[in-house]
Amino acid sequence: MSGLDARLVVRRGAFDLDLELAAAPGEVVALLGPNGAGKSTALRALAGLVAMAGGHIRVDGADLRPLPAERRGIGMVFQDYLLFPHLSALDNVAFGPRCQGTGRRDARRIAAEWLDRVGLAGHAASRPRALSGGQAQRVALARALAVRPGLLLLDEPLAALDAHTRLEIRAALRRHLAGFEGAAVLVTHDPLDAMVLADRLVVLERGRLVQRGTPAEVARRPRTDYVARLVGLNLYRGRADGGTVAIEDGAGKLDTVDSLTGDVFLAFAPSAVALYRTRPDGSPRNLWRARVAAIERQGDRVRVQLDGPPFAASADVTPGAVAELGLAEGSLVWAAVKATETHVYPA
Amino acid sequence: MLLLPALAGLAFLVLPLVGLLVRAPWSTLGTRLAEPQVLEALRLSLVSATLATVLCLLLGVPLAWLLARVPFPGARVVRALVTVPLVLPPVVGGVALLLVLGRRGLVGGWLDSAFGLTLPFTTAGVVLAETFVAMPFLVISVEGALRAADLRFEEAAATLGATRWTIFRRVTLPLVAPGVAAGAILCWARALGEFGATITFAGNFPGRTQTMPLAVYLALETDPQAAIVLSLVLLAVSVVVLAALRDRWVSAS
Amino acid sequence: MLKRIAVAVTALSLASVTGCGDTGDGEASPASGGRTLTVFAAASLTETFTALGAAFEGSHPGLKVRFNFGGSSTLAKQITEGAPADVFAAASPATMKPVTDDGAASGPPRVFARNRLVIAVPKDDPGKIHGLPDLTGPTLKVVLCAEQVPCGAAAKKAAAAAGVTIRPVSQEQDVKAVLTKVRLGEADAGLVYRSDVKAASPQVKGIEFAESAKAINDYPIAALAKAPQPGPAGEFVRLVLSQQGRTVLTGAGFESP
Repeated sequence: MSGLDARLVVRRGAFDLDLELAAAPGEVVALLGPNGAGKSTALRALAGLVAMAGGHIRVDGADLRPLPAERRGIGMVFQDYLLFPHLSALDNVAFGPRCQGTGRRDARRIAAEWLDRVGLAGHAASRPRALSGGQAQRVALARALAVRPGLLLLDEPLAALDAHTRLEIRAALRRHLAGFEGAAVLVTHDPLDAMVLADRLVVLERGRLVQRGTPAEVARRPRTDYVARLVGLNLYRGRADGGTVAIEDGAGKLDTVDSLTGDVFLAFAPSAVALYRTRPDGSPRNLWRARVAAIERQGDRVRVQLDGPPFAASADVTPGAVAELGLAEGSLVWAAVKATETHVYPA
Repeated sequence: MLLLPALAGLAFLVLPLVGLLVRAPWSTLGTRLAEPQVLEALRLSLVSATLATVLCLLLGVPLAWLLARVPFPGARVVRALVTVPLVLPPVVGGVALLLVLGRRGLVGGWLDSAFGLTLPFTTAGVVLAETFVAMPFLVISVEGALRAADLRFEEAAATLGATRWTIFRRVTLPLVAPGVAAGAILCWARALGEFGATITFAGNFPGRTQTMPLAVYLALETDPQAAIVLSLVLLAVSVVVLAALRDRWVSAS
Repeated sequence: MLKRIAVAVTALSLASVTGCGDTGDGEASPASGGRTLTVFAAASLTETFTALGAAFEGSHPGLKVRFNFGGSSTLAKQITEGAPADVFAAASPATMKPVTDDGAASGPPRVFARNRLVIAVPKDDPGKIHGLPDLTGPTLKVVLCAEQVPCGAAAKKAAAAAGVTIRPVSQEQDVKAVLTKVRLGEADAGLVYRSDVKAASPQVKGIEFAESAKAINDYPIAALAKAPQPGPAGEFVRLVLSQQGRTVLTGAGFESP
């Protein structure tokens, strides 16, 4: 089998990682998860920087697990790039080819080509500290790609950049990843990076896989609170009986248009929640009384956190609505969601 | 708050030098300096201190690496042993060297019978005595630099295909270069001023084992003015060399 | 073997401590309430003067004797620089001279002992030495004192008297350093004082030679002009010169003047 096929088992004290991971050649898989979920550990295990307690790593059919890091032929872009401060950008990129036995002159020629490809031909002689964050990131990418790796690993490649640079570098990174023929694994905690850069997402929590799929699938059908928060949806587990879902851990019931039976997930967007000061006329079916727990400005919207019972939920309203409804922490409101705005899928 | 003790500290360090300068026989300085014995002792001091520093680098840098990077049982004890030459009176260090490397020493006896090689009373003996006393300065300085260095650079190098040796040579060593330079400078300065271990292990013979500090000590017995001149020469040379090297290496980091 | 090493190391570390540690500013300790006599004496007098000091304390209740043993020229320098000492006993007239020239002695120095050079060899005597001419062998490792210190000057005189040229491998800073090298077998022979060999036996053997008569070293002693304890200072000098003093000194290998 070509591409990456791995099962990573790492134990360190109380932490325990057990993750199956596969990526086809040319495919970018994003490893997504909260802090401490084991994303970076998984990446370091692939690179050979962390000892594995079990499992396997195969890249294009070759078993890499018995090999030390320097013989795995894996390219890695580190979170803060780790460009060698005493070497020029050119020599940083030439470092890998030199280690692979290429002569100094040829290694520099290869490095110059890579710098040109990432648009930094003019900075070949610069020391890392003279480079901007975005430039350093591109040098790091060129350095990782210059060893012609069978597998490319990227550890939070955009995390160290400011918002503006990030946009630009993300687009550039997307182009370079598209041009890369091997499998690539990207670690990030930013859902946007994951959605833009990856073909598939793998969500990791507490060392275990909790969800995988294309970005669209994951975004539409979150299966954990973490993923739901990540994609900005209200998510509930419950039991469906025809068009009604009884919410677990809560007293409420929600009507839906999907007709399922058994354990399900139910999701709806915060923007689908309407708030009223008094009980609305016409009585939409999914209506409940809720207490405002928190109010928080998010861009041009206001996120209102609602407490249970019957269940907690987020609602997005306009700043004007907040004033009009006289919302404050602790105030009581009526909340409503149309059945057509909910989305139910098997658990 | 800090300025006063700082100035007092500076005065304490500098005043003895002022004393030397005030008492120096300036009128006869030229003729005294031209004496072949003085130049011989100076040359021997510079050569042996430099060779000792090279030896310290060759042995001390790997030792520092071992202490900083390779966990092994008893590392704590080994680290303490490395600093022994710092606390040992140098004369005792010289005796200890005699007991090991002397003609009838544990290793020296074998060197003598197998190769006809004896170290006491030779310039090589001077270099060894200086190395023994100066090496801790290098090891401590380099070990500190290695501990402070970011290990992840070495990991990055490993993912690029670098072997342990390549990583050490092309990444670790350049990263800790300022620490190595600072250690080497301390080491050289300590070797240049070395007296006790040198005279005990290598003896005192002009042109072969009589370094400047030995010449100063013996001159003090009969001709204190000559001792002052010799001290000034040693002082001037070391200040010039240390100032030049410090600016170039240590602050360049 | 290891025990011998340990003993040698300990002995030397002690020697270095007594050699450089005590600068002997001769301050009387006010807490004891008693008086303190401060004696600066050549290092080669360590054993004999310590014994005499104890005897002196015995006959002078309430008086303490403090010694500062060291190289004679260093002691002389300390005295001329104003160190408060009562008595100075030097290993040679040459090292006493700066003190008398400076007017720091209360009267003309008196010679209280003489010391003659002997050839010191390790106890197994690998060089089979019988006399000074044996020291000229090309492969023999001989150590002497540096000419700047009294034992070196004496060695030079003795060699000249014997008409031999000794090529030492090292010119040591003092007698003890010569002895160390002989004791450890690093040197096949060295020229030191008879009293020193006596103190270092049996690890070191002494071989007498006729020419040593040409290089006999006088030990002068003087009470000092600025002695804080002028009375006891004079009495201590008299004790050293007395029959009792001579007995102690000759017992340690010195000769009477």
